Amino acid sequence: MGYAFFYICAALAVLGALATIAAKNPIRGAMGLLLMILSIAGLFLALHAQFLAAIQLIVYAGAIVVLFLFVIMLLGPSASTPSDHRGRITRAIGAGLFGAASLGAIALLVTSTPKAPFGPTGYPSPPSDFGSVEAFGRIIFTQGLVPFELSSALLLVAIVGAVAVARGRHASDPNANVITGAATLEAANLPHAGQAPRTPGGLTREAP
Amino acid sequence: MIPVEHYVVLSAVLFTIGGIGFLWRRNVIVTLMSIEIMLNAVNLALVAFNRLPSHSANSVHTGQVFTFFIIAAEAAEVAVGLAIVLSLFRIRRTVRSDEADLLKN
Repeated sequence: MGYAFFYICAALAVLGALATIAAKNPIRGAMGLLLMILSIAGLFLALHAQFLAAIQLIVYAGAIVVLFLFVIMLLGPSASTPSDHRGRITRAIGAGLFGAASLGAIALLVTSTPKAPFGPTGYPSPPSDFGSVEAFGRIIFTQGLVPFELSSALLLVAIVGAVAVARGRHASDPNANVITGAATLEAANLPHAGQAPRTPGGLTREAP
Repeated sequence: MIPVEHYVVLSAVLFTIGGIGFLWRRNVIVTLMSIEIMLNAVNLALVAFNRLPSHSANSVHTGQVFTFFIIAAEAAEVAVGLAIVLSLFRIRRTVRSDEADLLKN
């Protein structure tokens, strides 16, 4: 039973991850990511981490994947880039080297694993409140209090930063950046949004 | 219970997939998703190692607490990353990472 659950979740997680990186359409990629996240939440449950499984579902599936989908919908059809062969060999070499090194490490890990280090019965069962919200909260609000408060500051800064970066500047703003205006003009003249020609000198700075 | 090595191997496989996606794809959104995959793999390894019996009562939940903070940091990272993607799209009308050369010249 335990093994069957693990292998089903593991297969679904690997499938979702592969679907994510192979998807031409980012929406499908986001769906693959969702599948992987749900499978990992299941694995967390099997590892007696109930609170983290709930957090995983709420934060990842509920917030992060929705944020991805929101941005993809906002970008519309230009979110999926057409395939382009420039730099393909370089990328293939980079990804291939990384994949080969990682697979070698995994093979080493699999072959060098000692057999059943804790005997056939497995690990001793954890304390009864292992992974519960109560035990978890006690740790966070005693030992982990400072990092917890710092993470709230981090989230606040991230919110402000995200709003400041994503908002852009209004045309009516007297301090409106020339770059933004010029780029919008440049992009408006293009017939196809996804295939912007690369200007050799970067953006042209024109007098307002 | 399933040995922790199984979880570690699965985590390594997921990390490899995420790394390959990060290096191979040039769509910024898919790149961000690859980072998500890698961080999820790390979380899985931390939670799996946390399942091993601990020697001190104070360190029973250390791996899970780490994972909790990683999730918090990751939410911040995705929010800022997607804001940058939107900003890049507004300026360049593209989501390709190799056309984001605004700082080049």
